[in-house]
Amino acid sequence: MSAVGQDTQAAGGQHPRVAARGPAAGRVVTRSRRSALWAGLAAVVAIAILGYLPYLVFSDTTGLMVQFFQLLIMASMWNLLAGYAGLVSVGHQAFIGLGAYFVVLLAMHGLSPFTAIPIATAAAGVVGLPVWWLVSRLRSGYFAITMWVIASVCMLIIIQISSLGSGTGIALSGLTQSPTLLAADTYWATLAVAVLAIAGIYALLRSRLGLALTAIRDDEAGAKSIGGRVGSVQRLVFLVTALGCGAAGALYAISQQFIVPTAAFDVSFTAEMIFITIIGGIGTIEGPIIGTIVFFILQQTLSADGTWYWIVLGLVAIAVAIWAPRGIWGLVSEKFGIRLFPVGYYVWPAGEQPRRLLARSARP
Amino acid sequence: MTWVNAVIQGVMLGGLYALFACGLSLMFGVMKVINLAHGDLAMVAAYIALGVVTITHVPAIWSFVLVVPIFAALGYVLQRTLLQASLNRGVITTLLVTFGLSVVIENALQQFLSANSRELNIGSLVSDSFSIGSQITIAYLDLIILVVAVAVLLGLQYFLSSSRSGRMIRAVADDREAAQLAGIDYRHVFGIATAIAFGTVALAGLAYGMYTQFDPTTGTTALLLYAFEAVVIGGLGSLWGTLAGGILLGVAQQVGAQYHAADQVLAGQLLFLIILVLRPQGITSRRELA
Amino acid sequence: MTAAGTTGASPLLEVAGLSVHHGQLQALHDVSIAVPAGQVHAMIGANGAGKSTLLRTIAGLHAPTAGSIRLDGRDITGLRPERRVAAGIALVPEGRRLFPSLSVEENLLIGASSRRTGEWSIDAIYDLFGWMRDRRRQRAAQLSGGEQQAVAIGRALAANPRVLLLDELSLGLAPVVVRRIYATLPQLAASGMTILLVEQDVSQALAVASHVHCLLEGRVTLAGPPARLTGAQIEAAYFGVSAASNGNGYGNGSPPGTPASAGPASAGPASASPAISGPAISGPARQADQPPGVHL
Ligand SMILES: Nc1ncnc2c1ncn2[C@@H]1O[C@H](COP(=O)(O)OP(=O)(O)O)[C@@H](O)[C@H]1O
Ligand SMILES: [Mg+2]
Repeated sequence: MSAVGQDTQAAGGQHPRVAARGPAAGRVVTRSRRSALWAGLAAVVAIAILGYLPYLVFSDTTGLMVQFFQLLIMASMWNLLAGYAGLVSVGHQAFIGLGAYFVVLLAMHGLSPFTAIPIATAAAGVVGLPVWWLVSRLRSGYFAITMWVIASVCMLIIIQISSLGSGTGIALSGLTQSPTLLAADTYWATLAVAVLAIAGIYALLRSRLGLALTAIRDDEAGAKSIGGRVGSVQRLVFLVTALGCGAAGALYAISQQFIVPTAAFDVSFTAEMIFITIIGGIGTIEGPIIGTIVFFILQQTLSADGTWYWIVLGLVAIAVAIWAPRGIWGLVSEKFGIRLFPVGYYVWPAGEQPRRLLARSARP
Repeated sequence: MTWVNAVIQGVMLGGLYALFACGLSLMFGVMKVINLAHGDLAMVAAYIALGVVTITHVPAIWSFVLVVPIFAALGYVLQRTLLQASLNRGVITTLLVTFGLSVVIENALQQFLSANSRELNIGSLVSDSFSIGSQITIAYLDLIILVVAVAVLLGLQYFLSSSRSGRMIRAVADDREAAQLAGIDYRHVFGIATAIAFGTVALAGLAYGMYTQFDPTTGTTALLLYAFEAVVIGGLGSLWGTLAGGILLGVAQQVGAQYHAADQVLAGQLLFLIILVLRPQGITSRRELA
Repeated sequence: MTAAGTTGASPLLEVAGLSVHHGQLQALHDVSIAVPAGQVHAMIGANGAGKSTLLRTIAGLHAPTAGSIRLDGRDITGLRPERRVAAGIALVPEGRRLFPSLSVEENLLIGASSRRTGEWSIDAIYDLFGWMRDRRRQRAAQLSGGEQQAVAIGRALAANPRVLLLDELSLGLAPVVVRRIYATLPQLAASGMTILLVEQDVSQALAVASHVHCLLEGRVTLAGPPARLTGAQIEAAYFGVSAASNGNGYGNGSPPGTPASAGPASAGPASASPAISGPAISGPARQADQPPGVHL
């Protein structure tokens, strides 16, 4: 997190009114900077250790980590979409499935699956454009469920394509490495995408767009009053999440090596993203990370019986959504006043200051 | 002639879809949220009916006498507790809570009642039919379901337009705050609307269970999306729109199946997407999309 | 609690020390007013002063952060809106807020949901607004603005309230329509109803009210019977600027019986007639966004 050092600059430079809020605000920023500094250092160390992991452990462990990071990428994307842009989708498995099948398709034409990851990612993002055009005029429930229909349409279309294995599935070709090296490569690729995804989201939220996003998160109706920007910000976020989920899908194809339409376009992917985000803490970068850890522990302890795992997760997510809507991270950060990813606009209780800043700048 | 038959079968199927859609549409119209557990609730009703039939040995076709009131009561209670608590948090929370419910219901059904396919056994009625000419065959069950759907929609229409509760439901749907200012406890009205919606979804679940096989996943993989597509195709705010939407969806599916068996569901979804692009307010409604 | 200008009887509606926040924004600061039974009180103030917030809080749509609301001595601060209707408070909200898909008659019937009995049957409401009976089957959305306002009043009357709260009846209506709507108020007052009305249109408010309160940025800056208030006082309380610095005056906005020319601005309400309660104007200088009442 090399951006930590710029924190004062970001808070004071871009948004002078923020800095003018007086000593109280300043103190909070400093505290947040200190914990962020440690978090930044810890993140660098952690990434280094994680990167070295394949030399230390067997491939079954890295295999688990691959699953972990895939979940983390997906959940972070869904969190960005719902937690910041206010768009609840239950159809983002569309981009996961597409990312997976794009990798298969590219590999069929001789490309190495790893080289295919960025191309498949971009392709999923390109598909995101017409999808956004279609769903952007829909609100809340309509948006959510139309995305689901779109995921279903994608799946049904792929089922019709016999060269992609129809409904019975298809093996990913072109993975010629030794099993050990393949496991390590898969791990590194997944780790790299996860780090990129989270760093990208962090950068996005720290950018000027972050202010608009925070405002939408806190009060979409209020943010709407600042005009057409909300729409374009939402589009950008939607496309970013299409890319992110496409990348996760590409990694999914590589780690599974055989994909079936009903699994690649399974709404369970989105259910996991949603539950992880809610339980961890929606509308914070840290939330999905905490949520994925909790989720993973649950998965390892309850996996003997898949249905119980889902029942418990669903019930916990419902309870958290209603009675502790800021999730685990919300409770932790409230209690200890820490922020690992200071996005600058977090120095006030959520919901108040950004909105007023926006409102004021909107009416001169 | 096979195409004519496909259309007729589609119309029959449309009654079933309209039955699924009207509860979703009612809840959306009044509470402005889409109940993502709608399809799973229909499955719960079908499983309850299965239990009722096993215990009481009444013919499956009469199970609704018990199941529909149970479901209406369940709807009222669920609305006054869990759903109202979510609504107090906002639309997004409610959406997520109903999604969570959907996952919990589906997996609980699998856990406790196995993932096997079931059906509500209605004896020979499932295959009895009559023919028109040599090509067109109409199953009595399909006809019964269509008639029930139309009767339910008519009844609902009458209830909403003529009863005191119906008037309060419409008032709350129009403007919740103004209804409060007129002395209406909107939570109670939400409860009534949900009870009605649950009653219709129970009926739809029973009809589906008699019509074909079901398993715990049917609610999410098929029913929720069909109900939603019928609502969007028909347009909100009009029960006749819901019937029209259900029928159009049914016809699209049957005609698609006629073309290629695997195209049945896809054809319905493509019709939905086309309507969404060309006429997002639905074919019958003049209202803005919410 | 100073219930200045009242007859000394215990007030039917009593608001004491009311503070209301919208998020971080404090819309009302320690507002106290008292309306005795059977009187018509008016609340005036510029756009955004907090008038609607006050009425909506009395009706139960906002929870106050401090203060209390009493109806006939009973504390109703914690009651839900629908229970307040049952207790006898009805609000005609800003912008009318009819149920557009319901007919005129259905709107009135919804208004009677609380089942309070009294003289305002649906028939009595039809008698008050002559045209309404013939058009009772028409959808509310098809009515003109003035007709909608009448139905909104009728809907509130159908609850047979003891206290009627009226929020900007004149909003968006032609002056002639406004006069027609306001002409019904004396009839309501004569029936013993207690009325608290909110207006930006000062002349209209002064004409019907026995007592005026002026709200400026969430604070009561002036209160008293119209006859005792000068145009300058009102202007100062309304805008929060001294009358002298606000050149355009509003002679034709001044109520009958009010001295047309104002004294020096420094003669604020504190030094004015003893009947006028309310603190001295301390609000910051503020640009007037809309002169009150000049359009009439
Ligand atoms: N629901 C609300 N949410 C946030 N702010 C509000 C809300 N309602 C009113 N306000 C703010 O409170 C202040 C007072 O508003 P209001 O009571 O409507 O004034 P008035 O009726 O005198 O024009 C205004 O600054 C307005 O922007
Ligand atoms: Mg107002």
